[in-house]
Amino acid sequence: MRRRLLLVPATLLGALALVFAFLHLVPGDPVEVMLGEFAMPADVASMRRGLGLDRPLPVQFVRFLAGLVTGDLGDSIAFRAPVTRVIAERYLATLELAAAALLLALLAGIPLGVLAALRHGSAADALIRGLSLLGVCVPSVWLGPLLILVFSIQLAWLPVSGRGSLAHLVLPATTLALGMAAILIRLTRASMLAVLRDAHLRTAVAKGASACRTVTHHALPSALPPVVTVVGLQAGALLAGAIVTETVFSWPGIGRLLVQAIAARDYPLVQGCVLVVAVTYILMNVTADLLVAWLDPRTREDA
Amino acid sequence: MPRKRRGTMAAIAGAGGLLGLMLLAAAVPWLPLDSPYVTDLDARLATPSAAAVLGHDALGRDVLARMAYGARISLGVGVCTVVASLTLGIALGALAGYLGGWTDEIVARVIDVLLAFPGILLAVALAAVLGPTLPNVVLALSALGWTGYARLTRTQVMSLRQRDFVVAARALGVGPVRIVTRHLLPLAAPLLLVQATFGLSGAILAEATLSFLGLGVPPPLPSWGAMLDEGRVFMLVAPHLVVAPGLALAVTVLALQLLGDGLRDLLDVPS
Repeated sequence: MRRRLLLVPATLLGALALVFAFLHLVPGDPVEVMLGEFAMPADVASMRRGLGLDRPLPVQFVRFLAGLVTGDLGDSIAFRAPVTRVIAERYLATLELAAAALLLALLAGIPLGVLAALRHGSAADALIRGLSLLGVCVPSVWLGPLLILVFSIQLAWLPVSGRGSLAHLVLPATTLALGMAAILIRLTRASMLAVLRDAHLRTAVAKGASACRTVTHHALPSALPPVVTVVGLQAGALLAGAIVTETVFSWPGIGRLLVQAIAARDYPLVQGCVLVVAVTYILMNVTADLLVAWLDPRTREDA
Repeated sequence: MPRKRRGTMAAIAGAGGLLGLMLLAAAVPWLPLDSPYVTDLDARLATPSAAAVLGHDALGRDVLARMAYGARISLGVGVCTVVASLTLGIALGALAGYLGGWTDEIVARVIDVLLAFPGILLAVALAAVLGPTLPNVVLALSALGWTGYARLTRTQVMSLRQRDFVVAARALGVGPVRIVTRHLLPLAAPLLLVQATFGLSGAILAEATLSFLGLGVPPPLPSWGAMLDEGRVFMLVAPHLVVAPGLALAVTVLALQLLGDGLRDLLDVPS
């Protein structure tokens, strides 16, 4: 565990270096790409100076890191505003969507997984397994438009797109949650099945613990740690999945911003979006690791 | 139902579906289909009929033909990505696992950094700077896809390298390349096969996602993801444009999931 935590700064630095290198991956001259082929040479030169691209690479990297510390990610070309400010507005919208999706996935995935494990081999188990397989197979590029088709166009129950009321949140959150819910069902079920065979459960039952208490006090605490690890990993997948979902539902979050920034060839903004999502993801994984260590003492020792 | 038997059934169903799709994709040029590129403005957004089973898209192109040619692109990009990722992943993973030391440290750190980014995000960023062409999609997806295979190969090679049969082979003067390819990799093959099956489904979905975002296959090439993107604007008047390509994607992924799950049960690979 300690070793994993020690690796976090190294991983973060590596991720930052990769994001920094990103601007230099652009084939040709990024400034000419951004300004177009008819740009005035003076504009090209001033933009290159503005982005610091005229300095040696190590100097650029240090300036990049120094900028990060002070919250300066450069200026967005399309929005004519600091990248940090443009992102800050959208970040909350993405967090709101991801949190709603996470909640939905947890509320659907864990109880269904537990139920399937408890009724192992029954029709309910088969049904839940079928549902989770379906959830894995329906991609959000399809589910999103399909939900709009049914619930916004045919039934006219929910708004097509945008952000505002709770009703706006339902379809995007469902789209984003489905894949994760499907994975959580599988995992919770498998983890519970393994725990249910354990001796300590038989002891609990033999001591006269009720079925309900056996599940909530003995089986679930043992079955949850692997689920939490995957929730941490999947929470990042939610952030990445938000790219598609936000595009489908015109949700004003960071995923849609990234797509807009790419379309506008606004590379400083693209860099900022990638950076913010990656850092959030790394921190989420660390949180999940810490949570697992708290839930399951066995993992606290160095492994 | 016992694990093996369920595995066999799932594997057969999945393999059958996949084989059918691949044969269909291979046979497309010989099938009696319209061109996927010829536009017919009179037939714009025409709903399915006897003449055009899946109707026409916004430019009056035959949707069935585009679906069929799209299968070639989706499966083609998927297979190329998996082959490239697998080759790179096995090579780097075996190198790191067998040599250990600094080589291992470097490969492991690179994997850590790449895996520190959530799934599709880096592919989106990479595809964006590389520009939307077919080879670039494969490049962007493989540049990130190899990490899983490398990690798997590395762990396997590391755990097997000190076993008696490897020590014996080394004592007999067998070279490192031959030890890895003949003695170590065959033992890792079942794991890699299962991972590659899920990897194929991941690559197909990733291509669809990139194309959906306009960062994948350039128009007018038909890709299921691009078709979903084009069709979504006309959902109100022509829902068939959204239903057909999505269904094709879901069925393909379902076949691969069944195959992967089945192989995992059959080959006794831990999940």
